[in-house]
Amino acid sequence: MAHDHDHDHHHGSELSEMQLRVRALETVLAEKGYIDPAALDAIIEAYETKVGPHNGARVVAKAWSDPAFKKALVEDASKAVVALGLMNRVGDHLIAIENTPKLHNMIVCTLCSCYPWEVLGLPPVWYKSAPYRSRAVSDPRGILADFDVTLPAGTDIRVWDSTAETRFIVLPMRPAGTEGWSEEKLASLVTRDCMIGTGLPKSPKEVA
Amino acid sequence: MDGIHDMGGMHGFGKVDPEKDEPVFHAEWEGRTLALNRAMGYTGIWTIDQTRYGIERLPPDLYLTASYYKKWAIRLEKLIVELGLADADEIKAGHALRPGKTLKRKLNAADVPNTLSRGSFARPAQAPAGFKPGDRVRTKNIHPETHTRLPRYARDRVGTVEAIRGCHVFPDTAALGKGDDPQWLYTVLFDGRELWGQNAESGLKVSIEAFEPYLDPA
Repeated sequence: MAHDHDHDHHHGSELSEMQLRVRALETVLAEKGYIDPAALDAIIEAYETKVGPHNGARVVAKAWSDPAFKKALVEDASKAVVALGLMNRVGDHLIAIENTPKLHNMIVCTLCSCYPWEVLGLPPVWYKSAPYRSRAVSDPRGILADFDVTLPAGTDIRVWDSTAETRFIVLPMRPAGTEGWSEEKLASLVTRDCMIGTGLPKSPKEVA
Repeated sequence: MDGIHDMGGMHGFGKVDPEKDEPVFHAEWEGRTLALNRAMGYTGIWTIDQTRYGIERLPPDLYLTASYYKKWAIRLEKLIVELGLADADEIKAGHALRPGKTLKRKLNAADVPNTLSRGSFARPAQAPAGFKPGDRVRTKNIHPETHTRLPRYARDRVGTVEAIRGCHVFPDTAALGKGDDPQWLYTVLFDGRELWGQNAESGLKVSIEAFEPYLDPA
């Protein structure tokens, strides 16, 4: 897409219209003394390079390998994740929810786009879209089908609607055949979607 | 408000269409828009619920057709004018025509790493919690014209308190800029059939995070 700062010549497209509109807004707010454009650069860089689902994957891999950490994570995820040292601090109210053979968890925000940014980064477009937000609470199995995921018979679904400032991360089940794997290798199985509940971890064969 | 944003349970929006290898931002202005919102939020001029209410008040046709960050950009223009931080003629001109107001603080690049984690929404309780885990509750049948976090699909429904999440800023009040008004927050669990009737997906359970003013004993 058009990341080029010097070309606003896509006349008539939403992209060029928005590029100009947002630039005008930024200019006004900077000239008013409210914002520093250098701070905006730093925010964008952080979300493009530092904050993302790789953080959540480390949390899940650690929980898979360390029962004491898993216990602490389920008790108080904000505290446990900070102790892991991936980030300076994690906001309060992070809650880890554990999948079991009988129960699959899925997170959604039907009212807006609440999402555990600190451990998963910015949400993908589909998470914020009307199809997901409308159907996740009434037809989660249909949602899983959209992701080509079928759960085993006998697995019920629990959907968590993020209607307050509590944030959820799904702790998926550790795939079989990963005995003795390092945390780093385990983390490579953990996808963003399996921490939202719209996917399952990769199979060991996929990363071998 | 009973707006288009309250989408839980609606039909007709079609399948979820995940984008393979989706970039963090699809255009440069999306990143600038996110960062502008964060930097303005840092100045302390609004609460998170005021920004949500800003999106909810967009015209429904625009809400459904504008991309996510386009909504954020339009919301930002709107709130800036509503809060008296700039005037519409300045936004149109793309330049400040009058001096800015003095705000509480300004975000510098060096401070950005410290702003990436969320603040706490927990507040000291004004009264003991009215419910405990295991209590049966009925959500209220309310239709405020202003911001609320009780979704329509979960109003006037019976569920079970699963957990107490502490005492938090109450969005319905904070969205109006009227202070924190702390209230107890609970995870309330519903059976799928209570929400969607007898044809609900077998075994489905859905929870919401419900503030005490949304709940009555059942």
